[in-house]
Amino acid sequence: MSRFSYPEEQDLQQFVAARYRKAWGWQVLFLLALLIAIFSLVSLLLNIADGAFGYVAYEFKKDPASFSQKPLQELTQPELITLLQKNLSSGAYNKLNNEQPLSQRSQAELYSLVIERLVQIKTRETYSLFRSVFDKPGIEAEVKEKYPQARLEFRSWVSLPFLTTPMSSRAEFAGVRTALLGSLWLVGIATAFALPVGVGAAVYLQEYASKKGLINKIIQTNINNLAGVPSIVYGMLGLAIFVRLMEGFTSGAWFGVTDSNGRTVLSAGLTMGLLVLPLVIINAQEALKAVPDSIRQAAFGVGATRWQTVWSHVLPNALPGILTGSILAISRAVGETAPLIIVGASTYITLDPQSPFSKFTALPIQIYQWTARPQAEYHSIAAAAILVLLVLLLTLNAAAILLRNRFQKRL
Amino acid sequence: MQPETSQYAIETRDLSIFYGLFEAVKNVNLQIEKGKITAIIGPSGCGKSTLLRAFNRMNDFVPSSHVKGEIFLHGANLYSKEIDPVEVRRRIGMVFQKPNPFPKSIYDNIAWGAKINGFKGNMDELVEQSLRGAALWDEVKDKLKQSAYALSGGQQQRLCIARAIAIQPEIILMDEPASALDPISTLRIEDLMQELKKNYTIIIVTHNMQQAARVSDFTAMMMLYEETRSGTVIEYDKTEVIFTRPTDKRTEDYVTGRFG
Repeated sequence: MSRFSYPEEQDLQQFVAARYRKAWGWQVLFLLALLIAIFSLVSLLLNIADGAFGYVAYEFKKDPASFSQKPLQELTQPELITLLQKNLSSGAYNKLNNEQPLSQRSQAELYSLVIERLVQIKTRETYSLFRSVFDKPGIEAEVKEKYPQARLEFRSWVSLPFLTTPMSSRAEFAGVRTALLGSLWLVGIATAFALPVGVGAAVYLQEYASKKGLINKIIQTNINNLAGVPSIVYGMLGLAIFVRLMEGFTSGAWFGVTDSNGRTVLSAGLTMGLLVLPLVIINAQEALKAVPDSIRQAAFGVGATRWQTVWSHVLPNALPGILTGSILAISRAVGETAPLIIVGASTYITLDPQSPFSKFTALPIQIYQWTARPQAEYHSIAAAAILVLLVLLLTLNAAAILLRNRFQKRL
Repeated sequence: MQPETSQYAIETRDLSIFYGLFEAVKNVNLQIEKGKITAIIGPSGCGKSTLLRAFNRMNDFVPSSHVKGEIFLHGANLYSKEIDPVEVRRRIGMVFQKPNPFPKSIYDNIAWGAKINGFKGNMDELVEQSLRGAALWDEVKDKLKQSAYALSGGQQQRLCIARAIAIQPEIILMDEPASALDPISTLRIEDLMQELKKNYTIIIVTHNMQQAARVSDFTAMMMLYEETRSGTVIEYDKTEVIFTRPTDKRTEDYVTGRFG
């Protein structure tokens, strides 16, 4: 009789069956976790779509026919301008003219101005996508009863005009053009700052610095911790350094720009760059670490200097990883709100950012502003702006994947 | 570096190699003959590779490693302050245990080393000559632009040898160059070494005693000091002497397979 034994025959079968039961339990648990994640994501998307599309009941404050015999859409530019001149107070007219001379505006812009200022659409009620789809008769009955004058229209709040028109004080005419351009400027400036600096720092830490040196260990630990610092802290830093301390540079005063303070898209972009810098460094370091040491040894073995080794072999091999990681890190900046509020994003601005020294707003700021309003139509355009933001993020991530695949194939 | 003054390719004097406080290799005195193949044999962990890598200063990349004593190439100490390790590696090439071609084309694998070392001349000719020298030309001449990773392990290792000889070193170090290869590829590498011997001095580290006996002219036998765990060369002589009538009992035990 041995001192060791394993289950045999009947016992073995039961033992194996018990192991399968246990494994099945875990499998169900993991599936459940996945389902929860999928459910959250789907409900998030549905929630946004629910707000961004749906029926709208609106009224004209003044009858369009009272302004012109022809339908307003068919009027020419000069006709529309005369209409505005006749019906607006001279102060309001001059203000519009100062923003951008009316004669330089397109017919479509003038038409929406006429609708906005003269006809004055008043949104009575907005309905969610869910109700619009499943309870159309109910909505119609409700509108007929509550607002007999109102017209009912199915509207997608995301539309081409929504992307191309600037902010407006009336939700129906508001667009995200300024915010979208602001976000793109931010990403551009943040990338231009964080990518070279971050990759350079990563190359130094990974390829040059001794891994065992105390100072380097401290630096490494600090970078890892900085990646976890709340974004609002970076906002404070940006306010202190870029907006205040370096105002001459960030306002463009050194370059002859006079009508600006430090609260520019440059300050915000550099703040965003600082915010993502630790992430870029860490991602780039990981990509450099993944390059096999045998390649470095091979290069050194034929008499290469360290720089030649890094430039010709390590960096090209790490490039896909560096790019992917950096784009993912920078795409985080697109969604950040808190630092922008602190650095001083404008909340109401209709002028496109023209240079790094422009005032700016960004998509998350706009969304934040709109969701804070009490009127329902603002919530709808906020949902639409969220969709725009999501598409922007997905585009960036898709670009990361495409870049990675492209470079990996070349290897 | 100074012109040739020594009859030896490499000479070490009281060479000790440290990793931090640990003395991995202790008091090695070797005179490596020019134009010969010298094998370094010994049990695992006795410092063979460490010694080999000291010859072209590859140990510099191991943090906290340092040497005591001297290694002379043409009468100049490789570890003196005036000597640049980059220049050392240009004169002393290396072939590694695992084939490690660059993830580039076959052509670029050879051309890159030449380029960075300031090669002047016809690159195509150099590539062909190096590949011929490594007995690889006939197999790859039609696919020079293809990735080196598409080659078999044995071909990759010969490409690495071609890469090493392209920069025209005086000495080639080989760190178990055939340990990752099958017997046929191994045989080709060994044949190749006999060819290379005409132009280069070769130092090879190997675990394979038959290989050492087959290819080398001289053999250095390394062993650990039991008390300090440092390796040292206990016997160095012509290969036939080491394998037929060694003076040290430990060498005899090792080469006859009684131990190690």
